Parts: sequence; structure tokens; C-alpha cells
Amino acid sequence: MTTPAQPPRPIEIEEIELAVKEAASADAAVPAQAQPRDAAYWAPKVDRLTVDPDRAAMGFNIAGRRVTGPQQGFGRLYQRTYSAALKPMVTPQQLISEWKANFGSFWPKGNRFGATLIAPGEVAPIAMKAGAGFKLSTGVLVLYADDESFTFMTPEGHMFAAWITFSGHIENETTVMRIQILLRTSDPLFEMAWPVMRFMEDRFWRQTMRNVAARFGITGIDIQEKLVVVDKKRQWKNWRNVWHNMAIRSVLHLLTAPVRLVRRVAH
Amino acid sequence: MDKSMTSTVVRVGDGLTSVIDIRGDVTAASEPALMAAYEEASRQGARRLVLNFSDLEYMNSGGIGMLVTLLVRANRQHQPLAAYGLSDHYREIFELTRLDEAISIFDDEATALSSSVLG
Repeated sequence: MTTPAQPPRPIEIEEIELAVKEAASADAAVPAQAQPRDAAYWAPKVDRLTVDPDRAAMGFNIAGRRVTGPQQGFGRLYQRTYSAALKPMVTPQQLISEWKANFGSFWPKGNRFGATLIAPGEVAPIAMKAGAGFKLSTGVLVLYADDESFTFMTPEGHMFAAWITFSGHIENETTVMRIQILLRTSDPLFEMAWPVMRFMEDRFWRQTMRNVAARFGITGIDIQEKLVVVDKKRQWKNWRNVWHNMAIRSVLHLLTAPVRLVRRVAH
Repeated sequence: MDKSMTSTVVRVGDGLTSVIDIRGDVTAASEPALMAAYEEASRQGARRLVLNFSDLEYMNSGGIGMLVTLLVRANRQHQPLAAYGLSDHYREIFELTRLDEAISIFDDEATALSSSVLG
């Protein structure tokens, strides 16, 4: 004997809510892979740099380039540190917030930083003053940024294969502003120019630090400098980096400007 | 300065290899702890080094810089450097910074120890 099939009972709204809650709690019981505390601070992985179309003209030397760290460079490995105590007190968070918000405006005049945002993954073209109105074109990737520090990584062709970290930290109850660069010159030509570049680099970052301090009404800061040779060896296997040399390519770009102009007119 | 939140344990992986277990945070402040571990491994006669990042909880750009310093020291002594236990997140950071071109990355300790990359 068979029992006649019962018509399906309509499902009450309360039952649906209960089922949803049970499903949600079942999901919660499965341990999700915890996101590391630093996850939001790192740039997403990129193989080659892409430049925002609005900044394409300025970023001709970095579009399509790979980023480089000190291990991809040519010259000796240096750790260059500039630091200065900020008195009266500015918190590290205030310092870094202001520095990130107005990064390019703190640079010495004549140099241009082509991004308004310092955020992980941002690609910023750079135009550097090289005398007689000529500018060298390069850029950086924002590799890391949190509330107390941010780090740039340089692309192929930049004069340095480097990580440059800007930070603020408390030392003896005073905030210390710091720029730390872990660098190798990129290729043999830049290595030959290192004595001059080092002098220019020092002047550039000293002026930048004074400008940052001045934003907080602090003048006459005492900038401490330290140079550590981490590795005396040159990495000859990377001598071919010269192919991407941004100085050579910037000159070529300038020389071929008339050709590009003719092409544009022709089209 | 930040205080180090890093702890390290040096173990003998096989006759020639030392394994350094790294726990906690890796930042610039980790340098004394990590360099001490490296020196201990070298004192034990390690010809090769394997870094275990299974218990890595946090790393900032200062930490990556410090790993380069460690790499240079190991290279100077002709000690190949490898790593394992990196989560997907930290593996991507190694790839982004191109540190993976200098430090061989493996899924687990057994693979790292048996790898011919370490010589």
C-alpha cells in the first residue's frame, strides 16, 4: 500500500532566514586563510609597469619596464641614510601623511614627480633637471606604503637599482624623519658617474628634508648622513643594463622629437 | 625605533644545511635577531641556508631590505640561500621585489633540502 503523496508544504520566511543563518555559521566554521596585517600596504604584483594615459608623455621611459631591486643592479651595494630630528614634536603619522600628500612639492625646484597619490602600486613618472633646460625621464613604483613609511622601487633604466624608504619613527621621545636608500648603480655608465651623482643625490635629499620640515614650521634641522658599503663587489653579469639607461634614452627621445612631430602632422 | 618582534631558531637541516625558522614580524628591527641566527648557522658550519617562513606574520619594506643584507652576507661566504613556507601573499612580494631571482623558493623543507639549487 502506498501513501498518497502530500502536496509540498509552503516554506515559511522564518525557515528561510534560519537556513541562511545556519549556512553563514557553517561558513564561519571553515577557517578562512587569514589576510596578513601588511596585505594592504604592498603593491600588487606586476611584471611590467604601465603608465596612466594622462602621464604617458612623461613616462615614456618607464612604460613596459620591469622594476629592479638592488640585486638587479651593477655597482657596489650601498645603504645611504639621511635622518633628522623634528622639534617641536610632529608625530610620525602626521609627518608621513603630509609627506605622502605633497611628495613632489617638497622636491627642489625644476624636478617633477608625476603622481599626486602615494599608494601601493602607483607608478609615478619623474622628470629630473639635468641642466640647460634638459630633463631626464624616469620614474618609480610605490612598492609599499603604511602610516609611518613608504617605499619606492626603481624601474629598469633608472640610475639606481634601488629601494628608497621614507619613514618617521620615535627616538628619544622625538620624531626622526628618515630617508634610507638601498642601492646599486644600474649600469657601468652610471657607476662611473657615481661620484658626481652621489653629490647631487645628497644635495637633492637634504633640500627635500628641509622643505618637509619647513611645512611643519621647523627650520634649521640637523641632517645626519650615513653611508654603509653593504657589498663592495660589482655585479658584472648585469652590465647589459646599459641598454635601458634612462640618460641615453632621454637624449635619444629629445633628438628624435622632430621625427615624432612630422609623423603626428602626417597622420 | 621599533622593537624587534622576531624570533629565530637555528636547526641542522642535513649535514651541510642549516634551517633558520623565522617567527613573527620581519622588519628592519629584525636585523640583530636574523644576523645572530645567520652567525650561529655559520658557526655550525652551514654551507647552505634555508629560511623557514611558515610562521611569518608581518613583513614591511624594511624587512625586505634586511633580507637583501642577509643575502649579500651569505653570497660573500658562497652559501646558497633558499626559502620555504611562504604564503601566497609573501611569495608574491618576493616575486614583485625580484628577490625570488636570488633566493630559491620551495613549498616545503624536504623539497628545499633535496634541491640541487642548493648545491
